[in-house]
Amino acid sequence: MITTTDLTKVYRSRGREVTALDGVDLHVREGEVYGVVGQSGAGKSTLIRCVNLLERPTSGTVTVAGQDLTALAGRRQSAGSALRQARSRIGMVFQHFNLLSSRTVRDNVELPLEILGVSGKERTRKALELLELVGLGDKAKAYPAQLSGGQKQRVGIARALAGDPKVLLSDEATSALDPETTRSILQLLRDLNEQLGLTVLLITHEMDVVKTICDSAALMRDGRIVESGRVSELLATPGSELAQELFPVGGVPSGEDRTVVDVTFQGEAATKPVISQLSRTYNIDISILGAAMDTVGGHQVGRMRIELPGRFEENVVPIGFLREQGLQVDVAAIADGPRANPTPLLKEGAK
Amino acid sequence: MTWSEMEPLLEQACWDTLYMVGWSAVIAVVGGLPLGVLLVLTDRGGVLQNVVVNKVVGQIVNVARSMPFIILMVALISFTRVIVGTTIGPEAAIVPLAIGAIPFYARLVETSVREVDGGLVEAVQSMGGSTWTVVRKVLLPESLPALISSATTTIVALIGYSAMAGTVGAGGLGDLAVRYGYLRFETKLMWITVAILAVVISVIQFAGDIAARGLSHRGRSSVAPRLVLLRGGASRAGKPAAAPQPRTAPAEIESVEPTKVP
Repeated sequence: MITTTDLTKVYRSRGREVTALDGVDLHVREGEVYGVVGQSGAGKSTLIRCVNLLERPTSGTVTVAGQDLTALAGRRQSAGSALRQARSRIGMVFQHFNLLSSRTVRDNVELPLEILGVSGKERTRKALELLELVGLGDKAKAYPAQLSGGQKQRVGIARALAGDPKVLLSDEATSALDPETTRSILQLLRDLNEQLGLTVLLITHEMDVVKTICDSAALMRDGRIVESGRVSELLATPGSELAQELFPVGGVPSGEDRTVVDVTFQGEAATKPVISQLSRTYNIDISILGAAMDTVGGHQVGRMRIELPGRFEENVVPIGFLREQGLQVDVAAIADGPRANPTPLLKEGAK
Repeated sequence: MTWSEMEPLLEQACWDTLYMVGWSAVIAVVGGLPLGVLLVLTDRGGVLQNVVVNKVVGQIVNVARSMPFIILMVALISFTRVIVGTTIGPEAAIVPLAIGAIPFYARLVETSVREVDGGLVEAVQSMGGSTWTVVRKVLLPESLPALISSATTTIVALIGYSAMAGTVGAGGLGDLAVRYGYLRFETKLMWITVAILAVVISVIQFAGDIAARGLSHRGRSSVAPRLVLLRGGASRAGKPAAAPQPRTAPAEIESVEPTKVP
């Protein structure tokens, strides 16, 4: 549905060059919710704004719904009518809502319809229908200043849907909201994705967002996509950074002669009481150093860091048992224990 | 001088001033508005970024703005003669007044329009809006309260300029105050003129403020929500049984926004 190939964006200002995007290949399938995560400055915002060409890529192509948008772009800063028409079929939701304060909620939702040249009566009908859909049917006559953040974002979503888009772009839509409101907005996006078959591309710095609603995800760093794929597959990939970020497990071994193992639960295996089975079968004491479990799309997934007594050599059989159960097991070297913590700290400091 | 002698003079002068200021204000708004918007659009990072146009227009506006009005008036005398056929009287004064006020208002428009959040422009662009749509649906409506305040400031400034125009034969209150009040030692007449000007300026400023505030929907400082509250309170007190919209009951609102439920 959305494909970018070798997308590059270089900003030039006063002779200095900043590469915001460095050869990004993104592929979003129809009907899925795709999350792009990364720290501030990783190029997420530039990427999503290149998808509807609010930002003109320096090179590379963007294809949305089979249409090459980069080919529609004119030479000039202002967009040609073909590009404007293509944009009207891509909805966009913003972090700071970007509602017109001089218009009522209903008139805000009508704005894209005005641009599309829809007649007055039809506009009103559609706007009220959309407001009903996002649960704000009774706020049509209010002004944005009278709404809470979550309500404003609902208006933003209703507005983005006005042109019957196939694709919705979400630029940190929940980053300005509190956790509870974030959850309700994400639920709304998920519902819309399921009910309308909407393809959603969202960027966020909150891992929770990916965990809650994304089918696929990509991790961006320094203008490149470091890792991408379906969330379930990523979890099964040994050493996946995204999996580590989604389900961070920490924990230091309690002493020498211990084996620390990171176990990833997903799919069938997640429902079996493997840890207690392991303990009983081999008569060993297991300590849990850290764990992160969640239900993603109705399935239990998560990671757990456990400690087995004895060196690795002594634990080959129990580890083999875990693997047999269909779990993914990564042995964290003993020396890895204390080092596992400084790594995320370093990342924080690098901001 | 008795009141019966002063009255026709004052009346004529008042009308002359209002005539000059009124027309030049209309021309200033009509000319300054597009100019100010153009300055924002062509600026770096603007929708129609064009450094050359921006620099040229900006320079013209700067020069015209910094020109002392009395010199501008004299410099424009031949131009005025071409336009209105005379260089004396209120009609003739409108030309330099308008030309002096256009760049003045353009700069104020530029500042007001620049205040509009760039995210709104981006939002409309993402909907497929053209530059014209951006101007008409975002930049102008969103900055309307500020544009009205700016127009008020321009009108008040024009009243000041018009007094100067009076000294070169345009008539009006300024002319009256100088010719009678100062040159003929009619102190009383001068003070009446001053009082009239004070009243006129206050009324214009007040009307401008009210209009600007009434159009602003930015929440706390706005009048609109307060009016809604008043209306809500009145209807509740008047006929509590027949509330106009039962759907706006508090319980309903809370169910819409789960964050508000403790």
